[in-house]
Amino acid sequence: MQTTLVDLLIGVGLPEPLAHVIRALVPCVLIIHLVAVGALVFIWLERKVSGRIQDRLGPTRVGGRFGWLQTLADGIKLIAKEDITPGEADAMLFRIAPYVSFAASFAAWLAMPFAVGWSGLDMNVAVFFVLAVLGLEVFGVILAGYASGSKWSLFGAMREAAQVVSYEVPLGLCVVIPVFICGTMNLTTIGEMQRGFATNWLIFHDPFTFCVFWVYITCGVASVNRAPFDLAEAESELVAGFHTEYSGLRWSFFFMAEYGSMLLVSALAVILFLGAWHGPIPIFSQFLGWSPSADGATAIQIYLASLAGCANLILKSSLGVIVMIWVRWTLPRLRIDQVMTTCLKYCVPLASFCFLGALAWQAWIPQLTPASLPAPFGIDRAAIREAWVVPRPAKTDLSEAAVPATDPSALAPSAASSALAAGSVRNKNIPVAGPTAPIGREEAP
Amino acid sequence: MTLVVDAIAWHQFFFVMFALLTCGFAVGVLFSGNIVRMAFYLVLSLASSAGLFFLAGAEFVGAMQLMIYVGGTLVLLIFGVMLTAQDRFISLKTPAGEWVLSLIIGGTLLSLLLAAAFRYEKWQQVEVGDTTPTTSQADTTARLGLSLVGVRPDKLEGGELTDGMSGYLFPFIIVSVHLLVVLVGAAYMARAKKRRTTTAR
Repeated sequence: MQTTLVDLLIGVGLPEPLAHVIRALVPCVLIIHLVAVGALVFIWLERKVSGRIQDRLGPTRVGGRFGWLQTLADGIKLIAKEDITPGEADAMLFRIAPYVSFAASFAAWLAMPFAVGWSGLDMNVAVFFVLAVLGLEVFGVILAGYASGSKWSLFGAMREAAQVVSYEVPLGLCVVIPVFICGTMNLTTIGEMQRGFATNWLIFHDPFTFCVFWVYITCGVASVNRAPFDLAEAESELVAGFHTEYSGLRWSFFFMAEYGSMLLVSALAVILFLGAWHGPIPIFSQFLGWSPSADGATAIQIYLASLAGCANLILKSSLGVIVMIWVRWTLPRLRIDQVMTTCLKYCVPLASFCFLGALAWQAWIPQLTPASLPAPFGIDRAAIREAWVVPRPAKTDLSEAAVPATDPSALAPSAASSALAAGSVRNKNIPVAGPTAPIGREEAP
Repeated sequence: MTLVVDAIAWHQFFFVMFALLTCGFAVGVLFSGNIVRMAFYLVLSLASSAGLFFLAGAEFVGAMQLMIYVGGTLVLLIFGVMLTAQDRFISLKTPAGEWVLSLIIGGTLLSLLLAAAFRYEKWQQVEVGDTTPTTSQADTTARLGLSLVGVRPDKLEGGELTDGMSGYLFPFIIVSVHLLVVLVGAAYMARAKKRRTTTAR
């Protein structure tokens, strides 16, 4: 995708730097739309779901049926509202805080892949980057709470800070487990390693990953500050918590950040545990042979497969968001001591136990996973590598694999092993063999 | 027109941009009186230096910078400020004596750093006209990890062990044990004191 778009723009007659700028703007604009439109849809969904849970109808009028334009109407109302800065507030920080929150939520999306090669920024440390940037969202909330000059906001911000700092620990522990099973922090590779039937999804890898998935969901809900962990808002005691003093568009930025992070945490769960862009039945990658990892797929077929994969990922992530909404309207808000107890006495020990368990499973009985089932249901994870790793000489002869290493552009169509293709398609412009080529995971001395 | 646009060296452009942001916000930290604004400027300065790391292709170090410095340290800093400040919007005035002292210390460190930087020979030979610096996109994370467990991939030539192959296993273990001791000590000091109640059931 990367090279073709720039080449296309240069071919049209644009100067090269401009083509690069446009190439850089495309994912940014797409991601802003994903976050903004996502917020639009999920706020409407939240109203409908909460309405149904409480035996109401929710919005029904705006937009004809189902009230599907309700959020847009609300958005217009919010734009029309006066933008107030309290006299007590630190005006500069007060104004800037919503953008800090939103920018963190948005920037984390840049490293998220939506299909093979479909990411704003193909990073080797994508998991780590997403977690690091997601942790910065709390900073906007703290700034908002402190700069508002209101005690309610300050209480909300302090609670949020305590909560997010605590929950980053189990969240990190949960994320480490798929990372060490796959041996990479590259989200694209982790996603590709779950290709095939649903049996290959990492949640079914062993009992410990199954447990840790639920711990992850709990910590994820807590880290994006959703009920039952929404102590920073706590409207029954703190008016509206950290955003008490906000109105209009700035207030709505906090909500866009919140819904963006919800979708992000949920998409991360899907990529790490639930097969990423692969459906439960591998229609594209096995039955049709259209996926980027398949031999001899044409560009259009790969595009269609990636499009379906992208839709698949967003659908699964949206289901995750619906689960979060469902949880919010079902469980009562926890007290701050209960929040801390949940984290320190349950989530951290559970995550650590699962971490050790999964480690032991990998060390002693690695063959006892669904991934080692016979052909159509299993997958050879070791064959799927990052682009920089030279694939092992598998059953196929190396002569064909060795030739394209010097000519990376010719790699994708001609690669004999699917492993080579899986790694190279997304990084056509990067030579497969790095300066220290012979370092692989298994062969490391 | 096309020539002018073509002449933009993006790598230098972004380097200068991030460097200016880093230095500018660092100066902002110096000259701001409000402690939370200082923290905010510090966040921006550290985040821009993470941008420098990303620009250099050191993705892992960049993400680490975001995670540890921008995320962890600043949350801690703000905790400290919020829990200790008596007054809202506390502002700090630096006395003249401290300015002089800090200038001396900072100037000494800066001159040391500059001297060390200019002594490194590779950095003196600037290749003029080379506007496309190679940004390594190869995986740095695995190499860092291997170095920490005792294998230096950059010293590995043809699978042969050479001098200096030992990596950083020993310092890594020392640092980890040290941090663990610090954590245990902190937990010990912060623990709730036992009440001496004999009638406790």
